[in-house]
Amino acid sequence: MNFLERAINGGMDWVNERAPALMPVYRKHMTEYYAPKNFNLWYYFGVLSMLVLINQIVTGIYLTMFYKPSAMEAFASVEYIMRDVSGGWLIRYMHSTGASLFFIVIYLHMFRALIYGSHQKPRELVWILGMLIFLSLMAEAFMGYVLPWGQMSYWGAQVIINLFGAIPVIGGDLTEWIRGDYLVSDATLNRFFALHVVALPLVILLLVVLHLGALHEVGSNNPDGVDIKKLKDKATGIPLDGIAFHPYYTVKDTFGASFFLTIAAFILFFVPTMGGLFLEHDNFIQANPMVTPLHIKPVWYFTPYYAMLRAVPDKLLGVITMGGAVMILFLLPWLDRSPVKSIRYRSMISKVMIGLFVVSFVSLGYLGMQAGSTTQTLVARVLTIFYFAFFVFMPFWTRLGATKPVPERVTMHD
Amino acid sequence: MKGLAFALLLLPSVSMASGGGAMESAQIDLSDKAALQRGASLYMSYCSSCHSLSYQRYSRMGEDLGLTQEQVEQNLIYSDAKIGENIVTGMDPVKAEAWMGKAPPDLSVVARTKAEGADWIYNYLRTFYVDESRPTGWNNAVFPGASMPHVLWEMQGVQHAVTEPKQKLPNGEEEPCHKGEFQGRCITGFVVPEGQKGTMDAEQYDRVARDLSAFLAYTGEPAALKRESMGVWVVLFLAFFTLLAYLLKAEYWRDVH
Repeated sequence: MNFLERAINGGMDWVNERAPALMPVYRKHMTEYYAPKNFNLWYYFGVLSMLVLINQIVTGIYLTMFYKPSAMEAFASVEYIMRDVSGGWLIRYMHSTGASLFFIVIYLHMFRALIYGSHQKPRELVWILGMLIFLSLMAEAFMGYVLPWGQMSYWGAQVIINLFGAIPVIGGDLTEWIRGDYLVSDATLNRFFALHVVALPLVILLLVVLHLGALHEVGSNNPDGVDIKKLKDKATGIPLDGIAFHPYYTVKDTFGASFFLTIAAFILFFVPTMGGLFLEHDNFIQANPMVTPLHIKPVWYFTPYYAMLRAVPDKLLGVITMGGAVMILFLLPWLDRSPVKSIRYRSMISKVMIGLFVVSFVSLGYLGMQAGSTTQTLVARVLTIFYFAFFVFMPFWTRLGATKPVPERVTMHD
Repeated sequence: MKGLAFALLLLPSVSMASGGGAMESAQIDLSDKAALQRGASLYMSYCSSCHSLSYQRYSRMGEDLGLTQEQVEQNLIYSDAKIGENIVTGMDPVKAEAWMGKAPPDLSVVARTKAEGADWIYNYLRTFYVDESRPTGWNNAVFPGASMPHVLWEMQGVQHAVTEPKQKLPNGEEEPCHKGEFQGRCITGFVVPEGQKGTMDAEQYDRVARDLSAFLAYTGEPAALKRESMGVWVVLFLAFFTLLAYLLKAEYWRDVH
């Protein structure tokens, strides 16, 4: 044993003597957490969302060192970061590109659950906690978008906060309470800053710990939807189709993460605004309460819901529709009555429905970015009805049609 | 099938959105330091007395455009500002509004506020024409009703709009004008009459407009000068690292079947 090994072992012994509960925790979640060996591409998005979360926290801390949460100085302080803070532009783009990438990986992560039935029993709690993360993330992103204090920040906040005004009786007072003023102002910016940099990140971090804890209690699902705990090695008690998370998946995720970072770096360095999608043109104009932009729209990741809001002629019903579109996702584990988990063995009708759902969600996202002509509103209405029909009738269509037999063991495709 | 029907529905709106699509590309090159320096010089001479670049410092500009402090102080600072200060006009915004109807906006990030970016500025600077109905006597094809007079007219000369009647579409509606509208007719181009010529020919003036557009594209995002050249190395490194990570993964996973 050389000096280095002795030093490391000595140090570990020192910690273990004083905190003997640490190693079992490490083993439970890393070296003795047995994950199915047949994870495919879809299974990277969980770890990637953690990676983006860490990126947002680290770059966010750096940005708060230079950003000024005041209506008078916010816009200029962002431009100061972009020009005069050394490396500031890089940190800012990492944060702004990171926000969009966060939603890309989260949407794909949620879609993974939908197609492989990861929300089904016994993982309902994992899904619920994940949905709470998604909700907190939406609030986090919305408040973060207000901070640069551009025209879209300002008017986007105005529109979204006013939605609460549709609530009968308390609506007016509620919007005033949220804004802290009669209109979106310095007070609003200040509190959104507090919520964005302290409150919501704490909530999200706590929920992420619970989400992973709940997952590790029941174990990971897989692309075949096979329960790997049914067949275990008699001698060791390890699932036959399970492999230790560390080192197998840590090393595989390192590959996935570096591939993802390559793409992220390409976006960041070559198309940081994504042609006005990630950073909108109007948001380079400082917030002006006296000038309403021609066309107010949220950032791309909220546009599917925004399209649904606009599709409904009545304001209160529109708000209920938009809120309902997110809330209905919480019920997914109980709406899905499919006898098999994975889309690989589901009936043709289930596959078609999920395909149409993707088309409608993406199309609604596109429509939410447009000005909204008569035809577009009509299409948005049809798609909104389909979006809800997909969930409301899910208990029926998931039971229709012939499913394929699910194999005993997981299948490997390489 | 549904997707196709949907795409067809959206087609008209897409082509409408690009209806004003007569913008010419400025073909700016941010790596051309000389062009940026000419743009800076033009900006300071013709624009900076009204338009601030209040997020941009003289020193930042000098450093990025490869100029020494002395060169900036002697050639680009027209006020009593110090090298480390921001580029701010001395004009009082309240008076400016009284004089021109609207205080001249800050132009630091103007190139980033337009979907067309610097091309918008390039086209804007080239399409001023005489319009006696306007308070300034000038109108603009890209930005109709602009409050700004044609500051660069001495170089370009006095442009007059050439128009034609609006075309009727088969359904009886009038086709929208692609290059702007003047006195109820569509603008097809511009002429500078003999006797009203400027000090430059069209090609020279286009270069002035291009240099100014490039300079404003630079002030919109100073990081753009180094962003891409740095990005090449970051992407290459990460691609190489991804390859190594893949080989490591393959090695570890050899016994998983």
